[in-house]
Amino acid sequence: MTSGISSTVGSSKRSKRVQFFLLVLLIPIFTIPFFVVLSASFKTSQGADVSTMWKLPKVWSLSGISEAWHQLHGNFKNSLVMVIPAVIISSLIGSLNGFILSKYRFKFSNLIFTLMLVGMFIPYQTILIPMVRFLQMIHLYGTLPGLTLVHVVYGIPITTLMFRNYYVSVPKALVEAASIDGAGLFKTFFRIILPLSIPGFVVAGIFQFTNIWNDFLFTIVVIPDPSNQPVTAALNNLAGTQTVNWNVLMAGALIAALPTALIYIFLGRYYIQGLTAGSVK
Amino acid sequence: MARLRKLRPSTAALALMPSFILVFIFVYVFISYTIRISLSKNWMPGLQNFAVAKPWYKNYYNLASSSRFQTDIRNTIIFTLFFLIISVTVGLLLAIAVSNMYRSKVFFRNLFIMPYAVSFIVTGVVWRWIFNPVAGVNLLFKYSGFDSLYKHTYGTTLQLQWMTSPTVVGNVTKLLNHVLPGSGFITVQMGIPIALLPVIFAAAWQLCGFAMAMFLAGLASIPQELREAAAIDRATGFRYYRSIALPSLMPMAITTLVILTSTSLKIFDLIYSMSGSGIGFATDMPGIFVYEEMYKALNYPLGTAASVFMLIAVCLIVLPYLIRFNKGHEE
Repeated sequence: MTSGISSTVGSSKRSKRVQFFLLVLLIPIFTIPFFVVLSASFKTSQGADVSTMWKLPKVWSLSGISEAWHQLHGNFKNSLVMVIPAVIISSLIGSLNGFILSKYRFKFSNLIFTLMLVGMFIPYQTILIPMVRFLQMIHLYGTLPGLTLVHVVYGIPITTLMFRNYYVSVPKALVEAASIDGAGLFKTFFRIILPLSIPGFVVAGIFQFTNIWNDFLFTIVVIPDPSNQPVTAALNNLAGTQTVNWNVLMAGALIAALPTALIYIFLGRYYIQGLTAGSVK
Repeated sequence: MARLRKLRPSTAALALMPSFILVFIFVYVFISYTIRISLSKNWMPGLQNFAVAKPWYKNYYNLASSSRFQTDIRNTIIFTLFFLIISVTVGLLLAIAVSNMYRSKVFFRNLFIMPYAVSFIVTGVVWRWIFNPVAGVNLLFKYSGFDSLYKHTYGTTLQLQWMTSPTVVGNVTKLLNHVLPGSGFITVQMGIPIALLPVIFAAAWQLCGFAMAMFLAGLASIPQELREAAAIDRATGFRYYRSIALPSLMPMAITTLVILTSTSLKIFDLIYSMSGSGIGFATDMPGIFVYEEMYKALNYPLGTAASVFMLIAVCLIVLPYLIRFNKGHEE
């Protein structure tokens, strides 16, 4: 019903055809690194060399992937052990904060929110040294729980913002009705708001999962021991080794990228919602 | 009822406090600690020596006069300018084109945002080989006959060095030394390092999809009445985008610019995995400088001074934006 209008504004039919053609031309540029990774991952060690990086495998083989998995599976497990709790905890905290900031007004609430949002933008280089000292003080330096804690805390600003933007669309009357019924803040939150928040959790959860899985700086600072590191940092170590085969390195890249890529392929819609929901506007 | 209303806000404030205190410590207290180290003479983790440097700005002076950091500032400026122009322009054009598609809309949208969902480490490792002088793009030039065509035309072989190129195009050092007080302070060739171009390409490749997503959301939020009015006025094609779409995209464009600029000023992972510091620090960045001063050279006062410099640069971009945002919500 709106298509009649929207086809008359914007570009003309002919111009749209040109635009389609140009978009098709861009496909190779946007898929090139993915092509390189996939084709190298399925090559044999003998058939894998950077001099043939543009060619498809002559012999398809899983040996690269199995060798990369052999080297990285421990780090992959470290990633899961660290990322999943960090995502759940930071989303839960963010949803409570977002609920409070969108439905209650109190003195300095805006100032507090803005002060928290600054934490989203700061270059983390500025906090590394005191952060490490703090983690040493509470005996979590060098450990996965320590890294989880860091991601939870620095995830609070963005999840708070996302949930605050999400709850703006929840009618205030719902909260008021609950308070007339005598429900306090927490009761209202757990009984009424949380059950309504599943789409918000999907969006924030996917967004945080991708961010934390892909993190590098916090990882190498909090966990200097390579065997204890999550997979993104381990891939960088693998790339720095002189002896690694091209197919194994690219298979490693595939393994490190796969969880976020799969989530993106299957739940891309929510990820894209998160991109725009997580921007201050 | 009246009492309840008075009570409720304070419960809300109390419930927010744990998060706020945590963030306050991890952001503001930690930053203060770092600033304090940057003013110290020789702070080390083992011996907490907070004695102030003489003069107190000594580390900042050393930082500003270090040729490596001068190179980093040059690189950041070049990187940020090119990266912003490319990713915002491409993002905007992609958003317009994608919003004009019907059946292929979701496919193209997902394709262009895909790189953003992958870590800089993964893409950096791959781009490093695509822009390697002995592999990647240079091989494509060879296969496609572009190499021989080039040799035929110019008489020399085409061997692009990409990130290993030591060339810096242009030089405004003299001009800058003339304008800035304390002439002769800048010791680095202020121009465009060729080695930085592949890195800029990789960063724009990865983040133009983000810009596109923002502009797509902006285009979708243009009110239907405005579109209808445009259709009635026959403001189609270029005129529609110039006089209706672009003005309504301005708030989104500012948000995108702020986020991308802060990303660019902080860039670390991509450089670390793709090019490293480069020959003559041609691809070095403040983020790398800080990390190496702190964790390789163990020069904490200098490293923290550089990190405070990064913080100031980011705050200059982000704070006006956040303050405006805060005011907008107080009304």
